[in-house]
Amino acid sequence: MAQVIKPEVDVVVVGLGWAGSLMSIELAMAGLTVRALERGGDRGYEEFAYPKPADEYAYAVRNKVMATPAEAAVTVRYNMSETALPTRKWGAFAPGTGVGGSGLHWTAVLIRPTPTDLKLKTYADEAYKPGILQEDMRIMDFPFTWDEIEPYYTKFEHICGQSGKTGNLRGQIMEGGDPFEGPRSEPYPLPALEDTLNSSMFAEVAKKMGYHPFPNPSACVSRAWINPYGNQIAPCNYCGYCSKYPCLNYSKASPQTAVMDALKRMDNFSYEVHANVLKVELHDDKKTAKGVIYRDAQGNECFQPAKIVVLSSFQFCNVRLMLLSGIGKPYNPITEEGVIGRNYAFLSNGGSTLFFKDKNFNPFATAGATGQMINDISPGNFDGPALGFIGGAKIHSSQATGTPISTSLPKGTPAWGTGWKEGMEEWYGHSMKISITTTCQSYRDIYLDLDPNYKDEYGYPLLRMTFDWKQNELKLQQYLKGIVGNITKELNPDSYSESFLPMDAHFDLTKYVSTHNVGGAVMGDNPKTSALNKFLQSWDVHNVFVPGGNAFPQNFQANPTDTIGAITLMAAQAIKDQYLKNPGPLVQA
Amino acid sequence: MNKMKLKRLFIANALLLGTGLMANAQADDANNAQLIKQGEYVARLGDCGACHTVAGKPAFSGGLAINSNLGTIYSTNITPDKDHGIGGYTETQFSDAVRKGVLPDGTRLYPAMPYPDYAKINDEDMHALYVYFMQGVKPSAEQPPETDLSFPFSQRWGMRFWNWAFASDKPFQPIGGASAEVNRGAYLVESLGHCGSCHTPRGLGMNEKALDSSDSDFLAGGTLNNWDVPSLRGVAHWDQQEIVDYLGKGRNDKAAVGGEMTSVVENSTAHMTDEDLKAIAAYIKFLGGNPPVPAPETQKTSATEAKLTAAKNLSEGERLYLDNCGACHFVTGKGAPGVFPQLDQATIVNAKDPTGLIHTILAGAQQPSTARAPSTLVMPGFAGRLTDEEAAQLSTFIRQGWSNNAPAVTAKDVSEVRKTLTH
Repeated sequence: MAQVIKPEVDVVVVGLGWAGSLMSIELAMAGLTVRALERGGDRGYEEFAYPKPADEYAYAVRNKVMATPAEAAVTVRYNMSETALPTRKWGAFAPGTGVGGSGLHWTAVLIRPTPTDLKLKTYADEAYKPGILQEDMRIMDFPFTWDEIEPYYTKFEHICGQSGKTGNLRGQIMEGGDPFEGPRSEPYPLPALEDTLNSSMFAEVAKKMGYHPFPNPSACVSRAWINPYGNQIAPCNYCGYCSKYPCLNYSKASPQTAVMDALKRMDNFSYEVHANVLKVELHDDKKTAKGVIYRDAQGNECFQPAKIVVLSSFQFCNVRLMLLSGIGKPYNPITEEGVIGRNYAFLSNGGSTLFFKDKNFNPFATAGATGQMINDISPGNFDGPALGFIGGAKIHSSQATGTPISTSLPKGTPAWGTGWKEGMEEWYGHSMKISITTTCQSYRDIYLDLDPNYKDEYGYPLLRMTFDWKQNELKLQQYLKGIVGNITKELNPDSYSESFLPMDAHFDLTKYVSTHNVGGAVMGDNPKTSALNKFLQSWDVHNVFVPGGNAFPQNFQANPTDTIGAITLMAAQAIKDQYLKNPGPLVQA
Repeated sequence: MNKMKLKRLFIANALLLGTGLMANAQADDANNAQLIKQGEYVARLGDCGACHTVAGKPAFSGGLAINSNLGTIYSTNITPDKDHGIGGYTETQFSDAVRKGVLPDGTRLYPAMPYPDYAKINDEDMHALYVYFMQGVKPSAEQPPETDLSFPFSQRWGMRFWNWAFASDKPFQPIGGASAEVNRGAYLVESLGHCGSCHTPRGLGMNEKALDSSDSDFLAGGTLNNWDVPSLRGVAHWDQQEIVDYLGKGRNDKAAVGGEMTSVVENSTAHMTDEDLKAIAAYIKFLGGNPPVPAPETQKTSATEAKLTAAKNLSEGERLYLDNCGACHFVTGKGAPGVFPQLDQATIVNAKDPTGLIHTILAGAQQPSTARAPSTLVMPGFAGRLTDEEAAQLSTFIRQGWSNNAPAVTAKDVSEVRKTLTH
């Protein structure tokens, strides 16, 4: 097929979710010509105007705004000796597609990791005696200091209209916020969302037990907000359609509400949808990229020349594109040489569902991020070293949705038919959850590579994920089970059910956890153990930048989006301030 | 002039002599570029693009169909193309077309072209506009359809009498005693802004009843495509900044632009400088004599709010409001500042003719993207969700809830508006 050669641009951006839209607007504002290529379709306000997204079956069950497995399948196995099989239906995670990407359908918990989370390796070396932690654990520090990254958290939180309570303002601990958070240079832009009954109950009990509850920091905004790009975000009306849904009320910060309208006005920015990038084309010396090859909506193979290539698609798509393009050396789990695919991590959740006959939690009025959480059980805040594992969790009672299909019913209630309906009538609105979202460490033999057996429709190998739970994470789960159990007992429900991983658990691909997949092309100080430097620049191909969850060397208990936004903005600033003046590696290793 | 000054001047001239010519040429270029820029701004003030630019066609190449009561009038090509546009016009001929509605060959324009307002454009702006259209606009050989009205309106010579009766060739008259800002606003509104073409009631000859602020009919409101066009003589509910925001951003803390005004904001007012927007707002406030803001009916407002919050024993209109509108406009009817329009006390809600409200409910609305406010948030149309009877019940509730106090809407009213929807 004839190749269509496009006019050269300064920057080609692959994927138009949070990372891609932020990169695009920041670089376009600096005067560069920016062209974004998005695998999926366009998604404008008319598509998700009220009340269209209020359709649980279409969005939450049939994954209306997610990539189809045919577009984005990975193959999965527990360990290196198995043959991986492709995902044919999303289960544990479900990546988005189209303009906005996963940033369109996120729950919008917008929270920072702690300074310890970002320097986990340093903490482990200081706090743990040798031999306590698993020998095959490969955790690393993020390659920047708190002071370096803090302004970019602040900037992204202003872009999103972060709503919540300040816990640490320039070192001063503030009542009602998270006392474990790193020092903020500025308070939260907006006040917290309103509490629901369950979150008030949880907060009260947690406080009595000596914990430090604070409202979930949210990008479903509590007040009308105009962000630094001039875009408007509307006040949340607590309709409960957040995770897996585009916001029908324009109240959730997303690439659409926070970035795209301002970006689309710029003459030096353009984007093409249904443009499926297949690989990055390198110059012969493999030191720089020429541009990208993609298939357009008509099936033509196109070449888009560019001076800078930004890979900003979903975490595992970025890793796969690097592998397919020969950017950086693929990781070998036997020799531990190579970096692309190294340090993949997912995460686990779990918790307890509490049933109260005489309490009405009114789940119909809620937002994805309504809730209260504690950060007391996260690295450095409790005695992990004595317990023999590293990590922690945010423990929270959230009321993220009131949608009927996903309503919890007491054990023994039939899953369908008349019995289910009766159970629903009796129990809808009478349960609350206490949930955990855990850290997940990285390990020598947990990694990503190209699958030897399965290919996509263009003949390129699928990405293979080798992942299973390790003892460290299972010990953590068991410890959290005790804590959640104590809080549950204190709340004294009529009955409750629990869900935690037992010590012999395997990764279950079929049950939704979150879409917080991280790692595989991580940022670091050492090119031998990381794919990217602290400006998300490939150590090997200096005009390729790879913002996304792929850059995390392990997973922390905080939701990833705030950090994805912050590191992307830091990288964009480095491109503007340093790279344009002097194209080449921005960090000497 | 004393010797010292002369001497300095001489030396300066001598120094400049070598490069003088070039400097002059550069200065001319710079002047010209400046003039073109100024003219472009004047064209924005006059919203020339609204009628003379059609989406998908070259800028100012005309062809917009304007449905008048007399038939369809097509806008003309005003690019500097010699054969299809205005490339052959002298400045005087151009000025006569804009200010008097007379073409070089004597053809009289229909007043769909607001020359009765443009008559007040000053010479400086007219010159800049001419330079812009001759040098800043790309010529286009696009030939728009001919306007062909039925007899007797096809007799353009008749326009001579219309002009004699209704137009004026008086230049802009500053308002004695008013501030420079108010007078700048008056100039913009009365001339280039041609705000009177929609906001001044029309007389027997479809003429604007008044052309300047000396007459109380001027900007006193009217109707356009059955929408009530609000009076601009005292916009009591908005302060000066809210008028500035509305024109500059297409939205303010109480309202978002809708109907025909959307394109005016998008193409014209959003491009105005802050100073000009402030001047217009100052003039509008001046014109109305700043009537006091009516106090909200607190008791009635809280009663509506309480009933919607309790959501018990709702009328059909109240229930429809909660199910369809409450998500954005809330039980308070106050919407959200800068994002969702306020329904309580809104002009469009309380208008005598409910067409604007019904149309917005059925067809929805979208905020225009402007440099000052890029978001294009969409209010969906509910035509497919609500029957005529339901839309009538809903409109009636909105027009009578909170502090609002307007007559009920019938299913027939809705049905009439529904017929006019284009899709």
